[in-house]
Amino acid sequence: MERSKPEPVQVIKQRRDVALKLLIDGVPYIQFLGVRFDRRGDELTSVLPFDEKLIGNPHLPAIHGGATAAFLEVTAIITLSWTFFWQDIESGKIDFDQWDSTAPPDLPKTIDFSVDYLRSGLPRDAYARAKVNRSGRRYASVHVEGWQDQRHRLFAQATGHFLMPGVPERDDC
Amino acid sequence: MRHHFAVLSRPRIRDATVATYKKAGMVDTSDLARQLVDIMPHAQALGMQLVSIGDGTARIRMPYDKKFVGDPKTGVIHGGAVSALMDTCCGVAVISHSSAPIATATIDLRIDYMRPAKVGQAITTHATCYHMTRSVAFVRATALDADESRPVAAASGAFTVER
Repeated sequence: MERSKPEPVQVIKQRRDVALKLLIDGVPYIQFLGVRFDRRGDELTSVLPFDEKLIGNPHLPAIHGGATAAFLEVTAIITLSWTFFWQDIESGKIDFDQWDSTAPPDLPKTIDFSVDYLRSGLPRDAYARAKVNRSGRRYASVHVEGWQDQRHRLFAQATGHFLMPGVPERDDC
Repeated sequence: MRHHFAVLSRPRIRDATVATYKKAGMVDTSDLARQLVDIMPHAQALGMQLVSIGDGTARIRMPYDKKFVGDPKTGVIHGGAVSALMDTCCGVAVISHSSAPIATATIDLRIDYMRPAKVGQAITTHATCYHMTRSVAFVRATALDADESRPVAAASGAFTVER
């Protein structure tokens, strides 16, 4: 029996890149912060290019703790969505025509987010990677690490819990 | 160590002077803390406006802006923008404390998102520095939209204190 021929590499790459772009492009706040995502296979690294508007303390100068928190939260949400949709992106089950700017994919909703500030955010590019520690049908727990010059010297880390898309909205009781 | 965290501070010589004046009751605490929001580029980029300041308390408002939307389907503001607002408000509350800290920075901050803020409405945060030690400030904050009976988010955190 003959095995089916693997898909050409450029077809696979393009499908993954289109999916990632559609996840990110629809979110105005990601554009405001200027966050980009680098992809190696299924591994994502987010990049926050330094910008004057990210500064919290102009005398040091240092990146605002709130900008750091936002960067880590964006990384957590996009990585969680990417993991959530990965199987369907790979199998070609997702119809990208339905993922346009008028109807972007549903994103997980943050339940809580806790940031640990380890070092001052320096006025230069920052990077982050998230790890989905648990992703159930309704809830997910994600850990994010942020660094600048040296991968092992984290400047901040965070843990967040998220409500997965497709779960009916919580009603206040 | 403290310098590694520093988020909010003023030039050192002036700080010392201001702190001395503050201890002598010669400078209104709000004058010092009020300027902090204006000199923080990220707070300005998010359109933050200081509403009021007290002894260890602060109220800051962030008007709705489409640039800060996190969920394009609903138009709800991104949690990250709320985090930045909470962090700023907590820091200003620390600086406004009557024990006259000259600088502060976030050690950790946890935020609970209780419900999405109403689209088109400003978000206002109120932070209280509820306990102060020589080197650490403990702060709580809430975020509200027009419906003040149901908070949008709550935060609690620890901040460094430089004296």
